[in-house]
Amino acid sequence: MTQRIFAYIIHKKGVVDDTALEMVSAAQRLGIDAPITAVVAGSGDELGTVCNAMAASYAEVWKIDDDALAYINAEVLRELLVRILPTDGIVLIPHEHFGMDLAPGLSVKLGAAYLPDAVDFEGIEDGYLKAVREEYSGQVNTHVLCDISQGAVVTVRPGIFKADESQALQGQIVDKSSEALEEGRTDARRRYIEIVEAEVGDVDITKSEILVSVGRGIEDEDNMEIIFDLAEAMGGDVSCSRPVVDAKWLEKSRQVGTSGQTVKPKVYLALGISGAFQHLGGIKGSPFIVAVNKNSKAPIFQSADIGVVADILDFVPELTDRINEMKG
Amino acid sequence: MEILVCIKRVPDTAENEIEVNRDGSDIERDDLVYSVNEWDNYAVEEAIQIRDKVGGSITVVSVGDEDAEEVLRREMAMGADKGILLSDNAFEGSDGEGVATILKAGIEKGNYDLILTGAQADDGAGQIGGMLAAMLDWPYASLVNIIDIVDDKTIKVGREIAGGNQEMNEMDLPCVLSIQTGINEPRYVGIRGIRKVASMEIPMLGVKDIELLSESVGKSGAKVKRLDYFVPELGEGAEILEGSTDEIIDKLTELLKAKGGIK
Repeated sequence: MTQRIFAYIIHKKGVVDDTALEMVSAAQRLGIDAPITAVVAGSGDELGTVCNAMAASYAEVWKIDDDALAYINAEVLRELLVRILPTDGIVLIPHEHFGMDLAPGLSVKLGAAYLPDAVDFEGIEDGYLKAVREEYSGQVNTHVLCDISQGAVVTVRPGIFKADESQALQGQIVDKSSEALEEGRTDARRRYIEIVEAEVGDVDITKSEILVSVGRGIEDEDNMEIIFDLAEAMGGDVSCSRPVVDAKWLEKSRQVGTSGQTVKPKVYLALGISGAFQHLGGIKGSPFIVAVNKNSKAPIFQSADIGVVADILDFVPELTDRINEMKG
Repeated sequence: MEILVCIKRVPDTAENEIEVNRDGSDIERDDLVYSVNEWDNYAVEEAIQIRDKVGGSITVVSVGDEDAEEVLRREMAMGADKGILLSDNAFEGSDGEGVATILKAGIEKGNYDLILTGAQADDGAGQIGGMLAAMLDWPYASLVNIIDIVDDKTIKVGREIAGGNQEMNEMDLPCVLSIQTGINEPRYVGIRGIRKVASMEIPMLGVKDIELLSESVGKSGAKVKRLDYFVPELGEGAEILEGSTDEIIDKLTELLKAKGGIK
C-alpha cells in the first residue's frame, strides 16, 4: 500500500501561514504518488475558515477542533496526533519555531524516522527518501537517505519550496476531533502564559529604504562606528544579523531575520554577514543586495546582486570616505 | 538543582571556511579548528547562572570520541562541576535519534532536574533536545531565551518566536530546554581556567556502562544516513567586483547611486 502523506498547517487568527502552500510543492517532490492530507488543529470559527481554505489545495483536510488548542501546545497536540496518524505516514511540518517544538518528539512517539530541515527532495531510492540538507550554516550541502519504511516526520525549511497556488481541489474535510480526543487529554506539563511583543527601538528598520546591515565580521563593538559612518554617508539606517544582537552591540529591534524584523528596503548592504537562511528570511521585496565578506564561500554571495570579497574593517571606511568625497 | 548540559565539539565556522573533500565523502578536516558548539556555550552559561542563584551542580556531557574531552574540559573551566564523555566505537555513525538514545541511557544513570541543549549545532538540525525529551517523557521547549526558576518544581521560560516576539510558558520540572544564543553573555575562559581543571577526571562511558543495546545506535541503527557532501550549485549568484580597492569602490558607488543607495 502506498504511504500516506500529511502536511501540518500553521495558522494564526484564521490566517494561513505561507508554508501551507509551500508544503504542497514539497510533498509533490517526494516522489510518492499519493494524495496529500492537510492536518489542521485549532478551535472554533477560525479553524473552520482555515480548513475551508486548505480544501482548495489539499485532497483531504483533517480537522482537530478542541478548546485546548486555541493556543497550540506541541505536547498536547502530539498526544492527539499520535492517536490519529498512521504509523507509516510521511508527515511534513514547517521547520519554524512551532515545528521545532513538535516534530522531533512526534517522530519518537510515532516510532518514525526524523528528517530535520530538508531543503529539497530527490525522490525515493530503494525505499529510502533522498533529501538535501544544509550544514555549517549553508556552506556545504549533504544528500541524506531517510528510511521511511516505518514512517517519517520531515521538517521542511520555510521559503524554499515555491507556494503551489495552482490547485483547485474540493478536498474533503474530515473531522478527526472525536477520534483524537476519545481517550481525553493528559494535563500539559508546559502551559502557555502570554506573548510578549518585541520592544520598539529608536529606529524602525522596517520602513528604511537603505539598510546598512552588519554581522559577525565586525568583530568588536569598537568597530561599530564605521558602520554608522557609512549609513550616515549613504542616508540609510543601520541594521544587523543575529550575532551582533547576541553580543548586545545593537538592540534587538535592529535585527533582520525570521526571529527579528522583516524589512523591505530598496538597497541592502550585507557587511560581514554570512547569509544564514534565518537572516535572509527577513529580507523581502527583492532589494538590490551588496555583500561584502572576506570569506569568498559565504552563502550570502548566492543571494546578493553584487559581491565584494574583502574585510569590512578595511573596506567600509574607504567606501565611506569616497561617498563623502562625492557628496563634497 | 541538578542540571545536565549536552554539548558537542564542532568545527568552528567563525575560524574555518568549510570545504568538501575531494570525493565528497566528508568535509576537508585537515587544519580545522574545533570548538564547543556556540549554542551549547550559552546553555552552559545559563546553567552556571541558575546554579549560582539556587544551588546544585552542573554536569556537562558529550557524545563523541576522545577529542570531545577538550570541550568538556573547557566548559568545566567555565564553571561546570563535572564532565561525562559517552564514547564507544558502537556509537559511530549514529543519527539524531541514535545520539538522543545514547544520551537518554547516560541520563538514566544520573538524577537531573533540568537538561539543557543548544538550539542547534553544526548540522543545523535542532533535533536532540526534542527527541530526548520525548524518550524521557519529559516536557520540552525549544528556542528558549529566558529562564526564571519559580521553585523546585516549576520554571518560567520564554521562547523566541517570529518577529522578535517571545512566547512565555510555565513548565514542570524535570524538563528539557533547547537554548537559543543571546540568552546571556557567556563568560570568557582563559588558559588559567583550563589549567585549573586539567587534572579533573572525566569518566568515559561506553555501551556496557550505560546498558545500551548497541544495535539501537551507531550506523546500523540509523534511519537517516548522510550519503555525501557537496557544494550547493550557485544560481546566478552575485557579480563579484574585481580589481584594486579603488576600482571596486568606483564601480560600487556608481551602482549604489543608480539603485538609489546614496541619498
